[in-house]
Amino acid sequence: MERVPVLKIGDILLVSIQIDMEDQVALQLQEDLADRIVATGCHGVIIDISALDIVDSFVGRTLATIASISRVLDAETVVVGMRPAVAITLVELGLSLPGIRTALNVELGMELLARHRAEEFTDLDELGDEDEADTPAAAAS
Amino acid sequence: MSEPGQRLEVASDQDVVRVRQLVRTVAVAVKLSLVDQTKLVTAASELARNTLVYGGGGWAEVETVDNGRRKGIRIVFADEGPGIADLDLALTDGYTTGGGLGLGLSGARRLVDEFDIVTEAGQGTTITITKWCR
Repeated sequence: MERVPVLKIGDILLVSIQIDMEDQVALQLQEDLADRIVATGCHGVIIDISALDIVDSFVGRTLATIASISRVLDAETVVVGMRPAVAITLVELGLSLPGIRTALNVELGMELLARHRAEEFTDLDELGDEDEADTPAAAAS
Repeated sequence: MSEPGQRLEVASDQDVVRVRQLVRTVAVAVKLSLVDQTKLVTAASELARNTLVYGGGGWAEVETVDNGRRKGIRIVFADEGPGIADLDLALTDGYTTGGGLGLGLSGARRLVDEFDIVTEAGQGTTITITKWCR
């Protein structure tokens, strides 16, 4: 059975799905990611689906499950690179992927995760200035 | 002018992938638009998985069709599984007996131009879908 590689880049786990996955491969990825989040302590997961020409209800559900599992393990998931035709089809199929953060590409996905992380720290720091969290994001765009 | 269909067995996860790939190849050959290719391959993926998971396996047959005005693709999915006792319920968004999202059958129907289903409890299920070029 093929396996989708999980790459660690700094505080982020990056997955780029390049194959037409059998259902078992998708389930294996779900397990692999949970293991790697715990093993590495990464706080962000980026799943690049730009090579996927379809996302059916099984893959959609798997992405949603990965996002939920990650959240429980203190990591935020961003799905990036969805093709326009895939987005149109998913919505018509009836899957709007609630609970999944998306970004148009890997770069924007990394920015989103950095911003999310910065906001979390601001929330923890009661003395911090609330506006401060917006500054790095504004500079990045 | 219809070409003879290609029939694939649906007995494993891998076969579901093969059905997707065959449908994609034929969809490109009859020049469906990119969005329509995506919709048809997605519908085929849902129905092939249903054939495997609920029907206990079966087959899928892909053929090109021509009604004189337009070309299209017709796909038949057939199994000899338990059949569907309550079809209206099975076609309802969110209804599932298999622990899925309950979008496979109802969603696939929305993604194609024609959707025909013949089923009876104990008699298996045959679903025929057609997508026409615009």
